[in-house]
Order: sequence, then C-alpha cells, then structure tokens
Amino acid sequence: MTKVAVLKGGRSLERQISLKSGARVAAALERNGHDVESIDVGGDLVERLQQFGPDVAFVALHGHDGEDGTVQELLEILGLPYTGSGVLACIRSMDKVLTKHLLREAGIPTPEFFAFNETAFRELGAADVLPAIEQRLDFPIVVKPASMGSALGIKFARTASDVPSALAAAFAYDAKVLLERHVQGRDLAVSVLDSGEGPMALPIVEAVPDSEDFYDYAARYEIGHTTFECPADLPAEVTERAQEHALAVWRLLDCAGFARIDLMLDVDGELQVLEANAIPGLTETSLLPQAAEAAGIELDELVGRIVELALAAGPAPAAAGKPA
Amino acid sequence: MTIDDDQHAGGRGPKRRDERGGMGPTRGRGGTTSRDLRRYAGLFASRTRVMKSSAMRDLFALTERPEVISLAGGLPDTSTFPPETFAAATAQIATTSCAKALQYGPTEGLEEAKERIVEVMAADGMSVDRDDMIVTTGGQQVIDLVTKTLIDPGDVVVAEAPTYPGAVPVFSSYQADVVQIDMDSDGMRIDLLEETLDRLEREGRTPKFIYTVPSFHNPAGVTMSLPRRKRLVEVAHERELLVLEDNPYSLLRYEGEPLPTLHSLDGGVYVMYLGTFSKIFSPGIRVGWVLAPPPVLEKINLGKQAVDLCSSTLSQLMVDAYFEQANWRDYIDSLTTIYRSRRDTMLDALAEFFPREAEWTRPAGGLFIWATLPDFVDTTDLLAHALRDNVAFVPGEAAYLDGRGRSSMRLNFSGSDEDTVREGVRRIGKVVREYVALYGTLTGEHKTPAPAAEVEPSAPEAGARIVRLPRRAERPRRADRG
Repeated sequence: MTKVAVLKGGRSLERQISLKSGARVAAALERNGHDVESIDVGGDLVERLQQFGPDVAFVALHGHDGEDGTVQELLEILGLPYTGSGVLACIRSMDKVLTKHLLREAGIPTPEFFAFNETAFRELGAADVLPAIEQRLDFPIVVKPASMGSALGIKFARTASDVPSALAAAFAYDAKVLLERHVQGRDLAVSVLDSGEGPMALPIVEAVPDSEDFYDYAARYEIGHTTFECPADLPAEVTERAQEHALAVWRLLDCAGFARIDLMLDVDGELQVLEANAIPGLTETSLLPQAAEAAGIELDELVGRIVELALAAGPAPAAAGKPA
Repeated sequence: MTIDDDQHAGGRGPKRRDERGGMGPTRGRGGTTSRDLRRYAGLFASRTRVMKSSAMRDLFALTERPEVISLAGGLPDTSTFPPETFAAATAQIATTSCAKALQYGPTEGLEEAKERIVEVMAADGMSVDRDDMIVTTGGQQVIDLVTKTLIDPGDVVVAEAPTYPGAVPVFSSYQADVVQIDMDSDGMRIDLLEETLDRLEREGRTPKFIYTVPSFHNPAGVTMSLPRRKRLVEVAHERELLVLEDNPYSLLRYEGEPLPTLHSLDGGVYVMYLGTFSKIFSPGIRVGWVLAPPPVLEKINLGKQAVDLCSSTLSQLMVDAYFEQANWRDYIDSLTTIYRSRRDTMLDALAEFFPREAEWTRPAGGLFIWATLPDFVDTTDLLAHALRDNVAFVPGEAAYLDGRGRSSMRLNFSGSDEDTVREGVRRIGKVVREYVALYGTLTGEHKTPAPAAEVEPSAPEAGARIVRLPRRAERPRRADRG
C-alpha cells in the first residue's frame, strides 16, 4: 500500500479551491487503496511529512507557494517524489510574464503585452509610458496580476481612465502585473496528461458565455454566466492545432504529470496562448478532470496515473545525487 | 490556477455530447462525474441562478487560518459567558423538563420562551403580547419567512444602501427586486425613500415591504434618528406599507439615550419586528422571534411549519432558564463595557492608521463600523492584498445588490480583543495607504498619503460617497468618554 501525503489549502488566495481539489484527490486515492494523509500546509508541513513518512506527495495546491515551485523545492530537499511539474516548470508557468516571454521567444503566438513591477511605477515613473502602451495595445486592454490564478484581479480597461484603477487593483494581488491586448474570440482550455510514454493532449474544453453579446473578460468567469463544453465544438483542424500548441507549451516549459494550457481562438481563426497552469483545479467542476473524462479516463484512474508517474520518476535528482 | 472551478452549477445545460444516455445515477467509483453536474444543472430551480458564489466568498477561506486577523465576522464575544450559568441552566432543564426538552414543541414557540421574550422586550421599552409573536430559529429565519410570505419573483423589497449582507442571499433566493435607499448618519434617507416610492407608484409597482435595521445598522453602523423613525412610520401608514424592523443590537448601546423602536411608534399595525437572542445571550442557541400583524403571522406560522415544524425546544428552554434568573442584564452590561472599549480602540486606530481620504461611521452601539475609501479603491481587490498581510474585512459590495459599495468595507470590533482590533486596523490601514499611494503614482498625481500624525480632518464636502456620513469632524478621543 502506497503512502500518499495530499498537500492542500495553505496560504494562497486560491485556498478554497485547493481544499476542494485536495479532498477530491484524497477520496480518489483512498478508493484506490492507498494510505492517505491530507495536510493543510502550514508551518508544520515538514514535521508532518516526516511523521507520516509518505512514499509520494500529491501536490493539490493552487497559487502561491504550491504552484510556483516553493513546495516542490521543499519536497526535493526532503527527497520525496511529488506529483506534477518540477520546480522550474512551476516557476515558468506560475509567472504569466515569464511564460509569455518564453512563448514569444519560441515563436508560439501569445497576445501582445507589457509587464511591470510595482516599483516601476513607484520609483521609475512608468505611468508616463502608459499612453504609449495604450496606443500599442488598443482598447480594451486586459490588466492582470502576473501570478494569480482564476479570474482574480483581472480587469478590463475600456478607456485610458480605467487603466490606473485596473492596475491598482491588479497590484493588490501581485507585485507584478501585465497589460495584454484583448483577444476577442473563443476561450479554449487544453489539458495535457503524461500518458507514461509522453504527453497526450486531452479533448478541448470551451468556456461559452451564456449571453451572446458578452464582452467583459472578468465577468465572463462569474458563476452562472459561463457554460463549459467538452469536447469543444471545433473543426478538426482547429482542435489539432490547439492541441499541438498545448503540447509545444508543455515541452517548452518542461511540464510533468499534468497541466492545462489556456488559449484564445480569435475571430480570424488564429490561436493565441494565454497561459499555462502547472496545477490546474481538480474539483468536481474543474476542466482537466472533465477533459480526462471525455477521453475515457475517470477521476480515480486520472489521480492514480498521476501518482504512478511521480513514483516512477522518483525523487528529483538534485536530492538523490548531487552533494548539498 | 483555476478559472474553471465552481462554475457549472448555475449555467444553462450544455449540449450533451457523450454517448451515455438516460438519466440514471452515474455516481460510481469515481465520485461525481461531469455528466452528473450537467444533470444537476438541469435540475436546479431557476432561483438558484441568482444564488451566486463569488471570488469574495472564496477569499474568505483564508480567514480560517490562525495567523489571519479577521475583522470580517459578525461574531459576538461568547468567551466571557459564565460556564457555571450555562451548567446551571442545562442542569435545571435536565431535572425539571427533560422529556419536554427532548420533544417537539408548538410551531409558534413555547409559552415559557415567549414570556421571556416579552420581558426582554419590556427591558427594551416595548410592550407586546405573547400571541403576536412566533419564536424562530434565529433572526435570520425571520427574514426568510417574511420574504417567503410576501414576495413573488419580481416583487419589490425596499432596503437600505448598504443593507445587511445576510439579507442579500435571502432576497435573491426569492427573486425579489431590491431597491436600496441611501443612508446618512441619521439612517435611511426618508426623503429619498418617499421619492422612490413615488417613482415606483408611477411605474405601477408597490413594494411588498421595507426592510430596515434602524439601530446600530449592520453594516453601516448608523442609527435612524427619532424624527426619521416617526416619519417612516407615518409613511407606512399613509401608504399602507409593511415594514420589517430588524433589531438585533438595540440593547448593545454604548452611549446616548435609547430610541423608541419603529414597532412601538407604530403599535404593530404596519411594522413587523425581528428580535434575537444572538447578541445578548448566544448566537449558538439559534433563537429569535417575529412580531407581525395577525394575518401575516398566520402565514409565517404556516411557512415555518414547512421549514422546520418548530424551533429547538431545548434552546427555548435554555432561554427560559437563563432569563429566569434576575441578573441577565449584568451580562449585557459586561458585554457593553467590553464592546465599547473595542469600538473606541477601533475608532482610535482608524484615526491613526487610515489615510485622510478615508471616512467612517461612529456607531453608538452594535458591532460594526463602515469605512469608505476613495472611489478608485475596489475593496474586494483590496481584500486580496489585505489577506497577504493576514487581515480581513467584508468588502462593501456584499451589502449591495446593485453593484455599488465597491469602495467601502465593514469592520467588526466585537469579535476581537483590543490589541487585535488595533493591529488589524493597522494592517488594513497600511494596505489602504499603499493602494492609494500607488494609484497616485499611476495617475501622476503622486498623492502619497501623509503619515498619521500629519493627517488633518478633511473638508466635509470632500467625501460624498455611498453612505454620506459626517467626516471626522469629531475625532474620537478617549478623554471624551466617561
């Protein structure tokens, strides 16, 4: 019987969703016959891990600390195998600005953007370049915190006068924000799962706003305003392209286990990658489990596979090999 | 990252593209499947579509972390309740009324409990008859039962702006059209109320009732003045409109003279009254009550039968046993003393730590202060920053159904000790000042807030906001209070 520590909760603003993801994962692991201990991560994390002595840690954390490589680093020092992406892939995907720079460099399309730290405005007078940015990106402009999950802190500036308050709001979530060209079109999510023989793109999920003339990017994610369809009703060629993009992003960031790539299909039929999620939600209504299900992989099997991959990979080489 | 979560239930049913037909249960080894979720989405009543979840609600998950100071709750402090009093009450019930305590009771409530309610209301200057009341499962149930009794989808409820955040989901779930009336430091603006009623009348719409918290308003912290109380009752009589007076806090007065309730001014003709033991004894026992005109009360009774048959008999006997002893007022006095100094601590801390652009109410009782920031501050976003600094408050939008209130916040002072209140306000103040300063640099105005020592009270006209309140003309000073 494999001993699995499920890490959930924590200090992130996405704590609530993580608690749900973690509970669902733990239940699935128990059904699979594993010895499971759920840990709401906090100051006693290392202590609790040492007490329980798991064979593997299932990282069901979202947002800061859990999805940005921090917990992964800790687990590597402890020599514990863990699920999902490694430290570097987490760092690359958690920071949308870094992701987008990497995408741009690799020639994978992503909406045009500019990113700033708070200090740029506080100390370097970055406000003076806002008009130039506004001209470059055209209104409406999407303003988002660099590292925040879900729709948290995402604002939609329609005019120049909206920009300062949108930026101030985004900075409430993160010290770095990005201003991004708004892409009008269809909102697609491609989940990717390691099949054991390499990454495999799952059926695409589309977020469909209920109202036809829906416009507001932030409101799009409000409960009750969006329906998710899987598999998305797309021409085979578009599906294939989107999945290829997702796999390219997976390889670029060096993801492992599972991940979700979000894209827009613009009105000209072009695909643009918005971001990658190293630890996408695993709740009952989350997209990755839905996509897996559409591919014939039920939750228990999905969770089981993710754990097996982590066990097969073993502890990270840094801990196993190199001297401290 | 998780844009995906929690977002299905309210949506329209998507096209079903899976192969499996039928509506049989699919909950198997793997737990709830996405097909189940689609099936549930098709089952949910239309009223659940307006029962919304929100980013704000998810953020509150963090307040359960021990390092987070939460000024977001509405909790009374139950830590000073004497355990021996509790033990004596339960022992007495066990000895004298064991079988009764374990049995169902009448829907309208036990006579013993109603008698105690009459006594407590007498202490609050009201004279009522046992037969005009129903004992409920907390005050919250009163809002639900009254709304259930009176509101068809689309009917108008008039409420204050801001209104009690806990009433918002009730009104939403009955699909009420809530019209919110601005307040100032004297409570609901009755002139605006009358204008609104005129407008509604021109539109051929009559509100089913007016919902108000006249004393120590939650969340606004203000109290309706006597002239306005009188005028509101007159308006109710002139227009034959029902009013629901929600009065949980009136015995928690820290200064000034008690004001007559709307119910006593009206004599119970148009004013329905909500009372509760939550703030003067215990929220855990869940006992409240409602007074209403007999025909309304009859329907409320039927509604309550449907909901829970009767309120907890054990809890009602607890009320009886506890209020039977003569010194129950001492406990309220001790609570009042504790809360008064916590309020003072919060007012002092606000003056010290909040930027000059902020304004806030100065409640003479109750549990809450309502603070309003410059209108470019979104307090829901600010909460995210505050949580990073381990402190929480209720963003103002929770108190509105029309999207207003986004630059205000509700602060609770009753649930934390003085050091915690002060530290909590200090942390929020820091976050607010950073936000304001950053906005200044973003707009090129560089309006960095001055340190507290240099803060001067702002001009009264500078802060026309959602609740129009006096600026800090009377800065709180401890020496002023005896």
